[in-house]
Amino acid sequence: IMCASAKYNTRGPALIPRMKTKHRIYYITLFSIVLLGLIATGMFQFWPHSIESSSDWTVEKRSVHDVPVVKLPADSPIPERGDLSCRMHTCFDVYRCGFNPKNKIKVYIYSLKKYVDEYGTLVSNTISREYNELLTAISDSEFYTDDVNRACLFVPSIDVLNQNALRIKETAQALAQLSRWDRGTNHLLFNMLPGGPPDYNTALDVPRDRALLAGGGFSTWTYRQGYDVSIPVYSPLSGEVDLPERGPGPRRYFILSSQMALHPEYRLELEALQAENGESVLVLDKCTNLSDGVPAVRKRCYKNQVFDYPQVLQESTFCVVLRGARLGQAVLSDVLQAGCVPVIIADSYILPFSEVLDWKRASVVIPEEKMPEMYSILQSIPQRQIEEMQRQARWFWEAYFRSMKAIALATLQIINDRIYPYAAISYEEWNDPPAVKWSSVSNPLFLPLIPPQSQGFTAVVLTYDRVESLFRVITEVSKVPSLSKLLVVWNNQNKNPPEDSLWPKIRVPLKVVRTAENKLSNRFFPYDEIETEAVLAIDDDIIMLTSDELQFGYEVWREFPDRLVGYPGRLHLWDHEMNKWKYESEWTNEVSMVLTGAAFYHKYFNYLYTYKMPGDIKNWVDAHMNCEDIAMNFLVANVTGKSVIKVTPRKKFKCPECTAIDGLSLDQTHMVERSECINKFASVFGTMPLKVVEHRADPVLYKDDFPEKLKSFPNIGSL
Amino acid sequence: MQTRKKYIFLAFLASWLLLFLFGGDQLRRFPFFSARKAEAPRSWPRWTDRSLLKSFADPEELQRDGDPPLLSPRERRAAWLSIYRSSRCRMETCFDLSRCERNGFKVFTYPLERGQPVSETYSKILSSIERSRYHTARPEEACLFILSIDTLDRDRLSGHYVRDVDEKIRGSPLWNGGRNHLIFNLYSGTWPSYAGELGFDTGHAILARASSDSRTFRPGFDVSIPLFPREHPQRGGDGGWLRQDSLPPKKKFLLVFKGKRYLTGIGSGTRNALHHIHNGKDIISLTTCKHGKDWEKHKDTRCDKDNVDYERFDYQELLHNSTFCIVPRGRRLGSFRFLEALQAACIPVLLSDGWELPFSEAIDWGKAAVVGSERLLLQIPSAVRCIHPERVLAFQQQTQFLWDAYFSSVDKIVHTTLEIIKDRLSPHRSRSRFLWNALPGGLLVLPDFSTHLRDFPFYYLHHGYSPSKKFTAFIRAVTQAGSLSQPILRLIQAVSGSQYCAQIVVLWSCEKPPPPSGKWPQSSVPLTIIQGRRKLSDRFFPFGAIQTDAVLSLDEDTSLSTSEVDFAFSVWLSFPERIVGFPTQSHFWDAEQGRWGYTSKWTNELSIVLTAAAFYHRYYHSLFTEYLPAGLRELVDGLAACEDILMNVLVAAVTKLPPIKVTQRKQHKEGVAQRAECGDGAAGTPPAGQRSPSAPRPAPAGAEGTEGSRRFSQRQDCLNQLAEWFGYMPLVPSQLRLDPVLFKDQVSVLRKKYPSLEKP
Repeated sequence: IMCASAKYNTRGPALIPRMKTKHRIYYITLFSIVLLGLIATGMFQFWPHSIESSSDWTVEKRSVHDVPVVKLPADSPIPERGDLSCRMHTCFDVYRCGFNPKNKIKVYIYSLKKYVDEYGTLVSNTISREYNELLTAISDSEFYTDDVNRACLFVPSIDVLNQNALRIKETAQALAQLSRWDRGTNHLLFNMLPGGPPDYNTALDVPRDRALLAGGGFSTWTYRQGYDVSIPVYSPLSGEVDLPERGPGPRRYFILSSQMALHPEYRLELEALQAENGESVLVLDKCTNLSDGVPAVRKRCYKNQVFDYPQVLQESTFCVVLRGARLGQAVLSDVLQAGCVPVIIADSYILPFSEVLDWKRASVVIPEEKMPEMYSILQSIPQRQIEEMQRQARWFWEAYFRSMKAIALATLQIINDRIYPYAAISYEEWNDPPAVKWSSVSNPLFLPLIPPQSQGFTAVVLTYDRVESLFRVITEVSKVPSLSKLLVVWNNQNKNPPEDSLWPKIRVPLKVVRTAENKLSNRFFPYDEIETEAVLAIDDDIIMLTSDELQFGYEVWREFPDRLVGYPGRLHLWDHEMNKWKYESEWTNEVSMVLTGAAFYHKYFNYLYTYKMPGDIKNWVDAHMNCEDIAMNFLVANVTGKSVIKVTPRKKFKCPECTAIDGLSLDQTHMVERSECINKFASVFGTMPLKVVEHRADPVLYKDDFPEKLKSFPNIGSL
Repeated sequence: MQTRKKYIFLAFLASWLLLFLFGGDQLRRFPFFSARKAEAPRSWPRWTDRSLLKSFADPEELQRDGDPPLLSPRERRAAWLSIYRSSRCRMETCFDLSRCERNGFKVFTYPLERGQPVSETYSKILSSIERSRYHTARPEEACLFILSIDTLDRDRLSGHYVRDVDEKIRGSPLWNGGRNHLIFNLYSGTWPSYAGELGFDTGHAILARASSDSRTFRPGFDVSIPLFPREHPQRGGDGGWLRQDSLPPKKKFLLVFKGKRYLTGIGSGTRNALHHIHNGKDIISLTTCKHGKDWEKHKDTRCDKDNVDYERFDYQELLHNSTFCIVPRGRRLGSFRFLEALQAACIPVLLSDGWELPFSEAIDWGKAAVVGSERLLLQIPSAVRCIHPERVLAFQQQTQFLWDAYFSSVDKIVHTTLEIIKDRLSPHRSRSRFLWNALPGGLLVLPDFSTHLRDFPFYYLHHGYSPSKKFTAFIRAVTQAGSLSQPILRLIQAVSGSQYCAQIVVLWSCEKPPPPSGKWPQSSVPLTIIQGRRKLSDRFFPFGAIQTDAVLSLDEDTSLSTSEVDFAFSVWLSFPERIVGFPTQSHFWDAEQGRWGYTSKWTNELSIVLTAAAFYHRYYHSLFTEYLPAGLRELVDGLAACEDILMNVLVAAVTKLPPIKVTQRKQHKEGVAQRAECGDGAAGTPPAGQRSPSAPRPAPAGAEGTEGSRRFSQRQDCLNQLAEWFGYMPLVPSQLRLDPVLFKDQVSVLRKKYPSLEKP
């Protein structure tokens, strides 16, 4: 079975051997494709004409009034009532969903019918505007299938959004006669206003057997955790009124209540709060003396003052969302839209999409009994947190409340995540607003592990043809106690590496890999030969580092395995004159990069560099034969949010720009090019991830007045 | 060979193309093609009159929300209490919140009755509660009650089954129908149905049980706990087995299982099928029929061969060498295997339909385990093969984090249970799901301190925050003298010279009142004096006066220069979760004496930074005072010079990382010997065993002089007692020191930002 995930190519970048078998496999696959094609073409000759008649779909321009009418006999079957013990593993048929590479469920929508009873009276409104929008959204989504045989989930076109607008028994009969009903297995019903007077049950009263319910007012007693989906009650005002997002900052009222139909008991408690805390609390009610033509739903009143609704919500920091007859309230949507932090007072209410949304970040839930303490509870929340909750509230509205489409897709995604849990959307993706997603980092090496010293490191030397200097580097590096393997990346295609017998004899395995092209990115390829976590990237001319310095560098890396730990440090600066970034290699008090001519890092970053480098940076580096180290610094800082660690004092390095320190001619073009790299990468990353620090790492007793022979790393900083 | 193949291939291709070109016309007429082409895919119609459709509810109806209900909220809540009981219990109907309001969250354990059998595991649970900071010995102030009757094993066939629990409970005056009680249970139900019955009436009690079934689990009321073995350690606990983060996961096997196959009865459906996915290469799934007395009676044709294969692999070896581990249900839903896999960083693949996963209220298992479906066993191999290597690595790390944060000891399991219940009592002061699932874990994050991520030292990177760029200097003064000593004056001057210093707080831990405000030096930053209670642990009390994220903790005789402070603070900004400071000490394992040793010698390593001169996050004051049990603070108050070790141990236990040492000019303490003590020895700080840097001594610094050696041995005792308390040694050694970038480099002093640090 094919995987959706692209498998990493674990072989080298087109390494020269190991080609023949590959070709053979290609041929065999090609042959089989051709063969299969032939068989398939032949099969079509005998393909049964089984596709259902699609005549009613073909008509492009049709009215809802024209849909076929179905008459329900009075004695047609009624489904069982909903089964409260249903869970995915008991009532849902997963076999219908199957394993597929995209990990997407397929959703089928029944075609629209008009249901009438024996006497020709309508069972319900054919379809509401919202339900039509919802079905359109599903139909446009990638979940949709028009093939009833391939579907995993079925959505009836019978509109049950509002229980008050339908006849319960007849609607149930209509459901039961759906072609694939099968006790409601894998059927999904959307309901926002459940229950009716006087009890107002918290789940749809229509008998629905095993069908899943996406309901808008569940209580903990009717919600089947992991089976049903709790959805918001859509507020049609969302579509009508445009409330632009309001920035953080103080708002006129601290607490606002805008609901019209409050139980008098609640109203009394709210008014008590208002009396106690004065003007910062505002309790609004419906207006009694509005002139004709003014829609009552768009106005609220306090004494004689008239306020526009929902605009007034933007004037308050917290907005009370109390339960009414039902638990789910459309006002929640308005409140979120206004960026007002909802204070939810509705015991046992299952908040919308609570399976995936972390409501603690966007709302305050207060038990009904604690309503009198509301003011002090809210006062204890720090201002910064309130601001974040406001942004979070607005984001929840934008992502999951603003339209029927948003509600439908979130519902389907939740069900999808249950069926393909290993491909599920993460907490962060559901909950982090774009601004947070943008500014936050999720370190792939987040566990604080100090790798065992015994593991050692692999030195990777990139070389072209400087054999003599290469051999010196090999000899020097091999003296480092923790070296476990040495890998030479032979980047010269025109010349063979020296014969085996000529290489220095060292105590650890030495491997040479030959590359297909002379590319700088070959240095950062995750070669299988690298078996340790730690990689020491070292140039073939770095011979000035002592064994103590390298060993110490490795020890420092062990304490910071998610960072680049290197020797020569560099800095980026903002050039105010030119209004762009500038590369700096002078003796500065700060560092933000280390050169990868000699640096330790985790092998993980080789994967990132090779497969996850954003934009065209990798190709750009290969084309320009420069800045691979800057790219690596950007990559690591961007993914970890952490600075580099420079180790040990400054030394003379043989690198083009270091000549400046020697007082020799400054390689101007090189510096300009490096500066360009920084600007280019910053624009590709969309940010400047590099972190500037003022410290470097030295051994604990470095330069301390202490006998050298007792120091672990005496030979540091010597030239 | 090659060419021939090529020709064959070309011939095929050509014939295929021909067929399509010439036969295409006919083919296209077939419904398969035509249907797809003409109108594929048939989507939901765009009704011409869609804009005229009525809304599902008119706005009035939505805002009015039906008729006002007949019952008032109060009446409704009262009615609930009678309807929603026992199997439908929720916190609002079965739990008396008012009990917790008066004295906070206090837990009372029933006293053990004589002759009452209590299993080893249950006594561990009880002692975990007694060690917790929530424990109270007085039932009248308790919010939560724990029975002393062992309810762990409720399998009637088991030897640990306690009889007549009903009678025993009813005899207790505190039982109150089970209200505010918490009942722990690991095994419930019995052969053959394992239906989960406990064999006594639990009334309104909260159940913390293993193998919870999602259908009977009362959400938001019960707590699902993991099944753990008798030998599970009381505290501390072994770390996870993941030693390195490798990508792709370098494990020998992809997916393994080794365990019993049930031939009959509940759970046999899944266990009986497991052998199907065995491929002998990277998927090892071995089962045995050999269990129970009469296995041969039910034995089938596979048994003999399976039993032979079964012996070929070792369970522990498989656990160590596999990326994924199948954790199927046994007779019950949960199994020991789950925690074993978690510890081994072998990603659990759960095949236990309907299992309410441990602490599911808090833990996001989707980040650490693959929740499979028993019915889709055969898809599991392909599904796990398709998980990206980076995701696998993230899963592995998450298993280790969860294991270490919530499961590795009985203490952690019990405390997590308590914290989950505590969080429900005041939802607005509880941990968000994020906090439970990110390092360092929910137990170490106190919602009473703050519910805002930015106030903690752990989440700066997660949300793109950074710590505030100011610090509070916190000086502990113990001198007896009526006037201020020279060192403290100099210290105040040096510290207030730092551009990052927001305020200076002096903790006056002396009987004599502090000098009047006129006597204190004038400085550019506000200076606050707090009268301390003369306890050593006082120094880490979360004083409201400390307003900045960073605290610079100082002794009055510490000598620091402004640039040392500046540099150290700039380092702290990079490591806000660690202690960053100047003088350091280290610990080591003394194999000869079989205990931890402590040294203040010059060594190549460090693991303790003295809080006489150190930066750390102010949250650690709260953690020190609120999180640590009172007993530990009493221990510190009793021993001289232990509080800074405890602080280091605490921070290391939280971060798993060593502290950071920064460059220091020599001389850190002045007039050590001459310093006058205030109060008795226990309350004051005896002279520091700080070595004189000019003459480094190989022997423990304080070895000479009785005062010094007493202090030295006390610190060593302290270290060992703390390791005992924590159940392991949290301190982590480091081999490095952070210096300014140009420290002692051969470059002009004028170029250097911190030249004064180099002065001898």
